[in-house]
This record gives sequence, C-alpha cells and structure tokens, in this order.
Amino acid sequence: MPLLQVESLTKRFYIDHLQREIEVFASLTFTLESGQFILIGGPNGVGKSSLLRCLYRTYIPTSGRALFTSTQGEIDLAHAADVDIALLRREELGFVTQFLRPRPRVSALELVAEPLVDGGMMWDEAIEQAKGMLSSFGLKHELWSAYPTTFSGGEQQKVNLARALIAPRRLLLLDEPTASLDANTRQSLQTRLAELKMQGVAMIGVFHHPEDIHHLIDDEIRLTVPQKDIEHVVD
Amino acid sequence: MLAISNHQSSQPFDAPRLVTTAPLVRATGLTKRYGSIEAVAGVDVEAYPGEVLGIVGESGSGKSTVLRLLNLEEMPDTGAYMLNTPTLAGKNLYDLDRFARREVQILSIGVVYQNPHLGLRMRFTSSGNVAERLLLTGERTFATLRQAARDSLAISEFPLNRMDDPPRVLSGGMQQRVQLAKALALKPALLLLDEPTTGLDVSVQALVLDTLKHLQRERKMTIVLVSHDLGVIRTLADRVMVMRHGRVVEQGLTDQILEDPQDAYTQQLVHAKL
Repeated sequence: MPLLQVESLTKRFYIDHLQREIEVFASLTFTLESGQFILIGGPNGVGKSSLLRCLYRTYIPTSGRALFTSTQGEIDLAHAADVDIALLRREELGFVTQFLRPRPRVSALELVAEPLVDGGMMWDEAIEQAKGMLSSFGLKHELWSAYPTTFSGGEQQKVNLARALIAPRRLLLLDEPTASLDANTRQSLQTRLAELKMQGVAMIGVFHHPEDIHHLIDDEIRLTVPQKDIEHVVD
Repeated sequence: MLAISNHQSSQPFDAPRLVTTAPLVRATGLTKRYGSIEAVAGVDVEAYPGEVLGIVGESGSGKSTVLRLLNLEEMPDTGAYMLNTPTLAGKNLYDLDRFARREVQILSIGVVYQNPHLGLRMRFTSSGNVAERLLLTGERTFATLRQAARDSLAISEFPLNRMDDPPRVLSGGMQQRVQLAKALALKPALLLLDEPTTGLDVSVQALVLDTLKHLQRERKMTIVLVSHDLGVIRTLADRVMVMRHGRVVEQGLTDQILEDPQDAYTQQLVHAKL
C-alpha cells in the first residue's frame, strides 16, 4: 500500500462577498511511497502551495480523497476528524515553509525543541537534540539562547528549518523552503533532506529553483493552467 | 457556479478514528435565554484531553455565556454537560445539586476572567487569594497553604517578592497571573479562560500568553479559551469554534478557520482582522 494515495482531489474557494467560486486545482490523482520525493511543478498561481495545504488540511479539499497510511491505520486526510489531523501533525505530518513565527521571550533552542516536546519527549532531551539541529544549520552558538524575534531574516530561516525538520515525520510537505536561503544554509537543508529521504521519509515539495534538490526528485507532477491536468514528467 | 459549497460548516468530517480517548469536556444541546434574548441556542462543545479549544465571536455572540455554563456559574435552560474525570464520568453536571456543583467548580475547574475583580479579592494578599482555594478543600496548615500558594504563583511566573501584596496595588498583567495561580492551585482538569489578556498592554499580553502556552505544554492541560482576538486564538488554540447569535457557525483546526474559512460570517471576521 502506498504511503499516500491521492484520488481526484479538487479545491475550489467560495468567496462569499464576491459571490463566486475560484477553482484552484481539479481532479488530481497520484501516489507516493515512503522515501519518495515528488516535485510539484508549474507556473505561479496553478495551486502548487494550495495542494500542500489541502494535504495538511489548512485548506479543506472540496472533493476527492487523500488516503494516508498512518502507523495507526489508513485515514483519508480530506475527511478525517480535526482531532485526528491534529494528532497526525504532532506525529507524522510535517509542513515546512520559509517563514518562522517567533514568539516573544521564547529562545531559539526552545522553539526548535517544541515539536519534540509536543510529541512527548522530555525538555532536557529535546533541548539536546535542538542544539544538534541548530548547529547543523549553522546558527551561531551565542544566539541559541536568544530570542529569534530580534534575529535577521537569514538567522530566522535557520531556526525555522531546524524547527520544521527536527521531529521524525513520515510525510513532509515542503513549500519553497529554499527560497532566499544563503548558499550554506541551502547546503545544510539539502543534506538534511537527503538524510531524511534515506530514512524513508516521503516528501512533496514546491521549489522555485528545483535544481537545488534535483538529485532528490523521483517524480514530478506538473500542474497546468487551463484544465489543470497533470502529467508525469520524470519517472 | 454560484451558491455552492457554502454549507460546509455542518461538519463534513468523519468521527475521530486515530484519537481513541474520550473528550474530557462534552456538553450537548446547550441553550440559555435571558428574557426574549436567546443567548445560546443549541451549542455542543467537545474538548479532548490536553487540547486548547478557542471560542471566537463578537460581543453578544454568546461565547462568554457558554463559558459561564461550562463553569457551572449559570444553569442552561436545556443541555447536558459531562467532564470525563475518574470521579465525574457519566454524570450530567447540571443534574447535581448546588453543593455538589460547587465542589466540581472548586476541585475540577479553574477560571481566569478578563476582569480580575470577578476572580480576586482585591484587598487580600495575592498569596491569600491563591491559598483560599486550598482552604475550601479543608487544608488548614499554614505552612502547607503558603507553600502551595508559592508554588502556584511561581508556575504562573508571578514575582514571588510581591506575593503578599494585594492585587489592587498590582498591574493588570500581574493580577492576571494571580488569577491564573488561583485557578491552577488545585490542579483542575479543565481551565477556562475568558478574554484573559484583553485590556493588557500588547507587550504584557505577549508575556501572559507565553506563560499560558508554556503551562499548556508542560501540563498538557485542557483549556477552553474565549476571545474576540484572533491573534490570541492563533497563538494558543488547537481548534476553534466560531459563534454568532448564540450558534456555532463553523468549527475547525485553527489554521484552517483562519486561512480557509467556509462560512460567510467567518470569512468576514477573518478578513476584518488580518
């Protein structure tokens, strides 16, 4: 059984004050295996990020199914109860963007350790792992206990990636995480993603510059504007 | 193409399958009238152990009434309310007599109000306010009371050198911390927060929110949070119920409600704030 089986997934927004529906993508069907990396390609505005958000359930799919083989059995991400989705987000599903949401008076180490603590780990152990993750993304040691609200954009990105990629996940949704990264951070990200892929983590990614991660890509799904059909380009 | 899919607020989702624990809070069919005003009109509330449930809506939406019903401060006209704790499981709390209800209120529910005057005796010491909760359970040893008050104030990140100051001489943010310490003193199963940071300076608000967030992580507490402030909801809540005119118009995961609201009213609310 594949890790994820997406069947005829469709998303439309209904905007009440405009009294109209906006079609984002329609009838997407594809499967994803553990350890597989699928790139979502296509021009701006064809719904690449929206597809990721539908799978994470930040958006509610309008129709179709997304059957996910969780460790606790198969579940349809398009129809699962909110509390089940919340559980999967704590344990199996990850979403990686380029933006950090720092909170006042919460240190970089704590921010990075939090996903582990939410998954049930003790703080001490989580903080130890967070140190390893921050150093692999090259955040200066003297900033670890500082508050990222005051960090530069580049430093925030390092914290963000460390936080997004620290906890074990079975499916990672990557929404342009390499956009505007400096060369070193991009390199650390590539290394980390390759490592996770080796461990069997499946990934679906939107990348402005797919050459950053070309060696990881197993398949590409290209969304197109008019009919929004999909074609498999790489195989 | 028009007039479709605006009805998804009637929960299109399956029943939970991965989460097998029962909700800690299960209230069904709550209604409450004040004269001709229907303040709450058929509301169900479910909160799972360790979950933060947000309730948003404008003034007059009925959200604070729901919180008072959950705090057993008021009785609904109709409805049932169960707390799934070892001692209370299976009982409709609205069927209890008022002494038994008072006991549930003291032992199992903590509350923080927007207005500290509702939750605190402003002229008693802060430590005394907190210790009072333990007095209600029959604890009489001074040292024990004082230590419990100190512990509870400490986890609420209240400055302990001021623990004997009365709340009336404290700042708004510190008064909220005293309320929080009082609410947590008996380790309640359920914490209710009614606009806990409304009216505080933005910087103080951030600190109080941070304390709440921290506590929630450490103690895996079940919280029902009422706020009109979507920023507060985004920071704290796992799930959100949107109320209007006494009814729930939509509920969902917090990021989904804020980024893909289905109901016309929620769309308006979200776009007005962001």
